[in-house]
Amino acid sequence: MKGYAGKLLEIDLSTGNIKETKVDEAILKDYIGGRGLATKILWDRLGANWDNIDPLGPENLLLFLTGPLTGFFPGGRICVSGKSPQNNGVIGSTVAGEFGIELKCAGYDGLIISGQAERPVYILIKDSEVEIKRADHIWGLDGKRTVATLTKECRKIMEENYPRKGLWKEPAILYIGPAGENLVRIAVVAAKWTHAAGYGGYGAVMGSKRLKAIAVKGTGPLPEVANIDEVMKLTEEVCKHAFENELWRRWGTGTGGYKFGAKTSSEPIRNWQEEWHDEKRYGVDKFENRFWVKSYWGDFGCPTTCLKISVIRDGKFKGAITDNPDYELQAYLGTNLGIFSPEANVYLSALIDDLGLCGIQTGNVMGFAAELFQRGILKAEDLDGIELNWGDVEAFANLAKKIAHKEGIGRILADGTYRAALEIGRRKGVNVLPYAVQVKGVGVGAHGIRSRLDYVDIYGYACSVQCGDHTSVAQMPLDHPGSELMTILLDSGVCCSFNTFELPKIDLLFDFYSAVTGVKLTRSQWIRGGGLKILHLQRAMLLLGGPDVKWKPDIDDDNPPRFYEPLVSGPCKGRIIEREDVRKEKKRYYEAVGWDERGIPKREVLTALGLDDVDKALEKIRKEND
Amino acid sequence: MVVARKKEPIWIARDFSRCSGCRRCEIACSFFHEGKIWPEASRIRVFMLLPGIEVPHFCVQCEDYPCVEACPVKALSISDETGAVLVNSESCTGCGNCIKACPGAVPHIHPEKRVILICDLCGGDPKCVKVCREGGWNALTIVMRRDDSYKLYARTPEDITRDLAAKLYGREARELI
Repeated sequence: MKGYAGKLLEIDLSTGNIKETKVDEAILKDYIGGRGLATKILWDRLGANWDNIDPLGPENLLLFLTGPLTGFFPGGRICVSGKSPQNNGVIGSTVAGEFGIELKCAGYDGLIISGQAERPVYILIKDSEVEIKRADHIWGLDGKRTVATLTKECRKIMEENYPRKGLWKEPAILYIGPAGENLVRIAVVAAKWTHAAGYGGYGAVMGSKRLKAIAVKGTGPLPEVANIDEVMKLTEEVCKHAFENELWRRWGTGTGGYKFGAKTSSEPIRNWQEEWHDEKRYGVDKFENRFWVKSYWGDFGCPTTCLKISVIRDGKFKGAITDNPDYELQAYLGTNLGIFSPEANVYLSALIDDLGLCGIQTGNVMGFAAELFQRGILKAEDLDGIELNWGDVEAFANLAKKIAHKEGIGRILADGTYRAALEIGRRKGVNVLPYAVQVKGVGVGAHGIRSRLDYVDIYGYACSVQCGDHTSVAQMPLDHPGSELMTILLDSGVCCSFNTFELPKIDLLFDFYSAVTGVKLTRSQWIRGGGLKILHLQRAMLLLGGPDVKWKPDIDDDNPPRFYEPLVSGPCKGRIIEREDVRKEKKRYYEAVGWDERGIPKREVLTALGLDDVDKALEKIRKEND
Repeated sequence: MVVARKKEPIWIARDFSRCSGCRRCEIACSFFHEGKIWPEASRIRVFMLLPGIEVPHFCVQCEDYPCVEACPVKALSISDETGAVLVNSESCTGCGNCIKACPGAVPHIHPEKRVILICDLCGGDPKCVKVCREGGWNALTIVMRRDDSYKLYARTPEDITRDLAAKLYGREARELI
C-alpha cells in the first residue's frame, strides 16, 4: 500500500535483538496505523494473557507508530501506545513533532519496543542503522537537558560514524524526564521540550524498559503516495482553510483559560468545585503581551502553528521556558489549582515539562489533593509539611517535584488520581472517590459537561474507550466529525486534528487518505468497518483490564461524582446533570456502537466484524457482569 | 518605449526569529526540485539545535562566492539572471570543497546522489518564500539584491542558534547548545 514505508522495526531491550517486520496489507486496510494498528498488534501479541500483563513489566510492549497520513496531512505527529498503566486498556496517545517524519524517511512506519534493558539506554536510528546506547549519563536529566545533550551527542555520533559532506541536521528525539524514569503513572513521552504524549502514562512504560530516549534521523524521502498531485492539491485546501482562521492561529487554544471559564462555564476551578470565573487578568492577551517570544510555532508541515513560546525574563520565575501554555495547562496548572496568574502558570507548565509529567493528570491529582487539604482529610503532616492552599504556586511546584521523584506523599499521588484516591481512602478510612475527577483511571480533560455549553456531551467521557481523554470522546451520530470513530481515524492515520477543524467537510480527510494510499475509503465504510473494529477492540481490552484494576461498565462507565453536583456560580449556576439522562444516553450510545445493555460488545457485532477471538475472550467478562 | 533589460537579481532576506519551524519550505523545495517530499534533499534545511530556535539554513549568495572559487572542476557557476549559485550536476564530483569554503557550511551532499545541493533561487521564483509568505510567517521574504553585506548571513546553524537563544531565551540558554 502507498504512503507506508512498508516495515516496522522491532527492538527487544532484554536481548538486544533488532529485526524488521512487515505488516499484512489486509491489516493495514482495517487498522490503518497509529492507534488502530497499535491496538491490533497488542491484541495479537498480548491479548490471550491481557489481564495478567503488568503495564510496567517487561512483558508490555511500547509502540511508536506513524500512519499513512503522517508527513502528508499537514501537522506531523506520532502515536505512542501499549498497555496503559492508567486505564489498563489501550490508549493511542499522539504527540506532535518530526519524529514520525524522520522515522518514515528512515524507512520505518513504526517501532515496537519489548523487554527491559538492564541499564539505562537510548536508541539511535540512522536510516537502517540502529544502535542501543548507554544512557547512564542522561538518566536523571530533566527534559531540557536531555534534549540538549542528545542533540549534540547524536550529531557528533552521526558525524563520526556516518560521515557525510555537509552538516548533519539534528535527529528527532522522543524522551522521558525523571517522572518516567521513576515509573510515575502520569509521566509523558515528550518531544521538543514542551510536547507530550500525555494520556495513557506511556512515560512510565518507557521508564520501566529503562529507555530514556529514542533519536531518529532518516535521509530518504517520505514514501511514495498513490497520487502526489492530488495530495498536494488537498494539502493546499487544508492550508487555505487553516489560514482563514487567523485568530485560531494567533491564539491557539490559549484563549481558553479565560473563555471556557467566562463564556461556557466549563473550566475546572479548584478541583472542579466551580467551572465559571471572570478573571480578566487570566486572559490570553496577558500571556501574549507578557511572555510570548515566538507567536507562531509548529511542527512539520503545519499551516496553523498554534503553538507559542513563553519565556519569563525576570522575577522569581526567571528562566522558565514553555509553550503557550495551551488551554489544558492553563486550566489544570492554573484555575484547577486556584491559580489565576499567567506568570505562575507559565512557570508551573515549564516545570512540568522539565519533570516529564503530564500537565493534565498532574494538575488533576494536585487539585484532588488540595481539595482533601481544604476539607481537612489531608493535613500538612500528610503532605510532608506542605500547606496545600489554593493558588499557592510554590506549594504546587514542590508537590509536583515530589510526584516526579516519588518522595513522601508524591509516592501516592504518582499513581494518578484514581489509584491515589483508593490508597488515601484506605489509609484514612474515608471514601474520597467523590473528589476524584476521573473516569476509569484517567483524569478528565479540562472541558466540563455540566453547563452543556462546551463540546463534550454528558456521556462523552463515560463511554469513551480512552476514558477521560478530552481528545477522544464518545459522540453521536457516529459519523459526526467529533465522534470517537473520527478521532480514531485521525489517531490511526496519525495527523493533527487541529488542522481539520476549519474544513468545510470532514470527508476531505477520507479523500486525503485515498490519495495517499490508493485505497478508496468513505466515511460510511469507516464507521461500519475499520473504525468500529478498532473501537470494539479497544473496548474489549479496556474491559479485560487487569491485573491491578478492573472496570465494571455498570459502575465505571459514568461521570465523576462531582459532575452530578449542581454548578455553584456564574450564569449557569444551578445547572445539574441528571443521572437518569446519562443512563439514557449511555444506552443509546451502547446500541449505536453495538454493545449490549451491560456495555459489552455484542457477539453478533463482533462476528460480523470478524472479531470472533475477541468475542471468546469476552465470555468471562459477560459472566462477571451478569 | 520599453527597453528590455536584465531581470534585477533577488535576495531572500531571512528573519530567523519569525521561523515557526513548520518546515513547509523544506516540503516546497524538495517537491519542486525532487518531485518528492524529502527534507534531507531540500536546498533549504531548518535546523533546530534547540527547540523553538529554528534556523532555515540555505545559500546567501556571498558577494565574493567563495564556493564557486573553491570548486576544482568548475561545476559551480553564478546565474546572470538571479545571482544564484548553479550546480552542474554532470560535472560535480561531490568532493565537498565548496562546503569547506562556505563560511556557513551551507551546501550539503544529496542523500542519494554524489552531487552538491545549493539553493538555486528556483530560477528567480523561490518556492520556500512563497509558502512562508502565504502563511504570514515572513521569516523569508524576497528583496532586490543591490549592494549589501549578504555574506554576513553565511554562518553555521550553531552560531546563529547561539545568538537567537540569547535573544529569545536569555544568555543562560546558550549553555544548552
